[in-house]
Amino acid sequence: MSVPRPPLPRRSRRTAIDGAIALIAILLIVQMWLLTAALEAYLGGRVETALPAAIVSGLLFAAAIALYLFIDRLDREAQDR
Amino acid sequence: MSGPLWREEFSVRSSEESYVSRRQFGKFLILTSLGMFVGNLWLLMRSWLRRPPTFPSMQVARLSEVPEGGVKLFRYPTASDPCILVRRRGEEVAAYSQKCTHLSCAVTYSAERGRLECPCHQGYFSVRDGRVLQGPPQRPLPRVLLERHGDDLIAVGMDMGEGDA
Repeated sequence: MSVPRPPLPRRSRRTAIDGAIALIAILLIVQMWLLTAALEAYLGGRVETALPAAIVSGLLFAAAIALYLFIDRLDREAQDR
Repeated sequence: MSGPLWREEFSVRSSEESYVSRRQFGKFLILTSLGMFVGNLWLLMRSWLRRPPTFPSMQVARLSEVPEGGVKLFRYPTASDPCILVRRRGEEVAAYSQKCTHLSCAVTYSAERGRLECPCHQGYFSVRDGRVLQGPPQRPLPRVLLERHGDDLIAVGMDMGEGDA
């Protein structure tokens, strides 16, 4: 039987949300760099980098969504209280 | 003020602006992340659909018409691909794409320095093999492969020089 987790205190929740948003921003910067590098390689005639770049970009996007869902859950918990 | 969310958050008048909530900011970041991912997928699709280039055989110059230390401009493999042929000394000739691999400015030949120079950002290339000598370009100039039939110089292909990058 799982014990319901007590909600985070307000200060901790805010820190967690700020941290998650900062992490999403960092992931976004990495994605921007990845797209720039893949485009540079493509324009230079090197197409073999496109597949790994797309896979890594997809993983970063999935991680950003997971972090967003985390933020969303904390926000909803705060509204429900 | 009622209206679309973007108009409230990015209003022309600063007095009508409202603060973006963290959740909305998060959504904006996710949308941007999706855009980056779609961009990478687009590049992947373009890479898969890309056909290998074909290079026709084409006479680009006669050796006798290019003096030592002189150049001849031509277009290869299509009319939108400017190239430069350099006769260094004797019968030693080399031809390269004239587009700088940095930002596509036209490179010129400097006979006194013996190199190809891009005037836009001072990118210099070796006239021997097209490799980068100095400046912002990261890749060598694509080299036009030449064959000589008598006095005629025939372009038969291009070496993109990716392995040297």
